[in-house]
Amino acid sequence: MKTVKVYGPGCKRCETAETMVKDTATKLGIEVDVEKITDPRSIAMAGVISTPGISVDGKLVHAGGLPQADALEKWLRA
Amino acid sequence: MSTHVSTSTRAERPDWLWHLGVAVFIVLWWLIYQQLIPFSEWVTAMFPVERHSHTGEAIAFFFYDVPKVLLLLTLIVFAMGVVRSFFSAEKTRALLSGKREGVGNVLSAGLGILTPFCSCSAVPLFIGFVSAGVPLGVTFSFLIAAPMVNEVALVLLFGLVGWQVAVTYLAFGLGIAIMAGFIIGKLRLEGWLQDWVRDIHSGADAPVMADHERLTMADRYELGVEAVREIFSKVWVWIVLGIGMGALIHGYVPEDLMVRIMGADAWWSVPAAVILGIPMYTNAAGVIPIVEALLGKGAALGTVLAFMMSVIALSLPEMIILRQVLTLRLIAVFIGVVGSGILAVGFLFNLIF
Repeated sequence: MKTVKVYGPGCKRCETAETMVKDTATKLGIEVDVEKITDPRSIAMAGVISTPGISVDGKLVHAGGLPQADALEKWLRA
Repeated sequence: MSTHVSTSTRAERPDWLWHLGVAVFIVLWWLIYQQLIPFSEWVTAMFPVERHSHTGEAIAFFFYDVPKVLLLLTLIVFAMGVVRSFFSAEKTRALLSGKREGVGNVLSAGLGILTPFCSCSAVPLFIGFVSAGVPLGVTFSFLIAAPMVNEVALVLLFGLVGWQVAVTYLAFGLGIAIMAGFIIGKLRLEGWLQDWVRDIHSGADAPVMADHERLTMADRYELGVEAVREIFSKVWVWIVLGIGMGALIHGYVPEDLMVRIMGADAWWSVPAAVILGIPMYTNAAGVIPIVEALLGKGAALGTVLAFMMSVIALSLPEMIILRQVLTLRLIAVFIGVVGSGILAVGFLFNLIF
């Protein structure tokens, strides 16, 4: 079980990023627990300054814009 | 667990194919751009109205301006999308951290234009900058320039009003961002941040991103296309509505009315325009076509630019978002400093032009 956090105050792109994570996990057959962080304070605390940001098991892997599909697969598999 | 792991859904096109595609696109773009006037005349001729009547003028204006603006936007937004892929908020922060005021403000305002920025991440960005040692005033220069000097505003000014006004807007927009940030920095207002912001030091121990995403040129082009798609889905309604409004004003509003209300002689028109602009919140796309039509009817350039800058740079919703990190006193200073800058630009323009 991987814990994935998606950081974003709730703009459209952040929601798309969350959907991408869930869809990719389903496709790869990986169990993930996706948590959405919308509180600006928590986002800043995590070191994310451009949203959406993504962390996998506590490690920040992406910030700013939508992730690339193949990169996302790599992070989830790792 | 499935053993069939499909490959990336992204179509892998080689770089050269993208280069070729972009070249063909630019040539086609140019050819279409040349046909704008014949197109609008052709469409207008299909309406059962006199070409030189008010209605005829309004229709021709509408069918010339809408395609022209959409074409210009496509090209420039694509180009900016590609350019911005070379920048990121993280790189900008690294460049700005520990910079002295002055040089820092100039650099910061410039980077505000080039760094990908979405107003929804203004708060995390603000905290991320300040806590990583970017001076408060330098951070403000970035936050003022990023929304105010944007490619949509510049394209619309260029396409609807003229390149001189677009260049002037760029110069004075940057000028206000630099000066306002510089002044806020000199006032030493770090103590006026919300308490919790001062306690965060996310910059010092910020997690390093696991692997740097390497972008190929094809990826960058793709980001450009993505930017065009996003801007269009957001602004096309505003452009059509705005130019429609503009066309009506163009055809029907009597000239001397505007000269009296928004002309250069009425000194109070500039402050009125700034105050009117604060509660109004629309993107540049919605406001500029109206701006153009007002100008055409004799409203003074300085008054109109002040109105536009106020609508874009001093918006109530953005203040509410920033309230989470700034105390009311600091927000008041922010509005005061930026507002004065806009006032100065308005008066200066009315004096010169």
